[in-house]
Amino acid sequence: MTENFLLVYQSLPYLLKGSIITLELIGGALALGLIMGIPMAIGQVYGNKYVANLISFYVWFFRGLPVLVLLFLFYFGLFMFLGFNLTALTAAILVLGLRSAAYQSQIFRGSIQSVGEGQMMAARSLGMSKLKAIFYIILPQALRISIPGWSNEYSIILKDSAVTYAIGLTEILTRGNFIATRTYQPLPIFLTCAAIFLILTYGGVKLLNILEKKVKIPGYGSYSNSGKEY
Amino acid sequence: MHEDNKIILKVEEIYKRYRKEEVLRGISFEVRKGETKVIIGPSGSGKSTLLRCINQLTIPDKGQVWLEGEEVTHTKKSINQFRQKMGMVFQDFNLFDHINALGNVEIGLIRVKGMDKNRAREKAMEELKQVGLEKQAYLYPAQLSGGQKQRVSIARALAMNPSVMLFDEPTSALDPELIGEVLEVIKKLAINGMTMVVVTHEMGFARSVANEVIFIESGRIIDQGPPYKLFTNPEHERTKKFLSKITELYGKSVEER
Repeated sequence: MTENFLLVYQSLPYLLKGSIITLELIGGALALGLIMGIPMAIGQVYGNKYVANLISFYVWFFRGLPVLVLLFLFYFGLFMFLGFNLTALTAAILVLGLRSAAYQSQIFRGSIQSVGEGQMMAARSLGMSKLKAIFYIILPQALRISIPGWSNEYSIILKDSAVTYAIGLTEILTRGNFIATRTYQPLPIFLTCAAIFLILTYGGVKLLNILEKKVKIPGYGSYSNSGKEY
Repeated sequence: MHEDNKIILKVEEIYKRYRKEEVLRGISFEVRKGETKVIIGPSGSGKSTLLRCINQLTIPDKGQVWLEGEEVTHTKKSINQFRQKMGMVFQDFNLFDHINALGNVEIGLIRVKGMDKNRAREKAMEELKQVGLEKQAYLYPAQLSGGQKQRVSIARALAMNPSVMLFDEPTSALDPELIGEVLEVIKKLAINGMTMVVVTHEMGFARSVANEVIFIESGRIIDQGPPYKLFTNPEHERTKKFLSKITELYGKSVEER
């Protein structure tokens, strides 16, 4: 028992370094997904049919393939074919980010569409251009609505990050596996890995909850605790 | 008649169809400076579509709209230029939910007119005062009553200094006891010489402020004339029927109660 604690204690710095890589990975992927996802959602809702179809195709592709297939396809296939010399981390950020963009675009599309049509109409009636109306009226509301869905995406991508083990990225699980195979003590090590993942999920979701409350529009929406009254 | 009876808004032969249904079938009228036109008619008769065709939120299939002598339809100018001069008030308010009352009124000034933020704030506050809501300036739409929301939306439209105001059933979504405060504001506008087109079912209001009442059915103007004439002695049987039905449904309007 004590041995186990000692092993965990000694492995912890090594695993925590891995969790920094995990955080870099999901930070980069989520950011890429966000930067691409919002314009994609706007294009799908407000763009002409060619733009909308192109985005639908993108979403179909990236949502339709297992993440491991995408990873292999891009890392061992496309990136090498194109002669990109990418580190495992950069490649993983790109692949998970491109995939996350597909999912995030649908989160944002849903929230944009749930902002009442009257909002756009009122903005246009003031003489606002469509673009300004999207930027100043629709998005501020849609982004607030999308926080719960986005927090889901955070936790999903955090867990999906473990598959980058397959391309040798030294994130949490890869490092855990190194130790486990060296020490023949898989249980305590993988439990530690699991604990780190749980803490990261909890922490991120918690932060997003705080953000959600912070940007809540006074008197608007029934989230937080008001639902308990019915 | 007003001394300055320049034509502000001219609508000519407007047609609009949605698939098989012809919603507007050649509507024409004009509004002179300071006039209030009230449009009445059964629901589905095309009243709201007509208002939206005026500021091109709905593009008419045929026909022209002129604002202060400039053609709004078929223009090279951006429609946004014209819309600034045509304030619109919606049945269900359509206040921007994520900003407070003051923000709702100033956003057009800042983002459309490019007004400096402090000046926009001052002007917005003034407009809110005009509708009696300076104390509610920092409340969000969800914290306001229906009547207050509608008054904010009137202030929002007025802040742009429009040449004409378009009201699309401004009191239809309100509780009966809140209708009065909104009509009061619109009446005050009429008295102060604002040019307005008002779609409404409030006959008492129509009677007291309209220069002319236009009765629309199935996309056509059936009857039109000054309210005393239309209400007491309508030319068409159809107008008479509609008016008696409306009184039956809505009872006497706020002013007459």
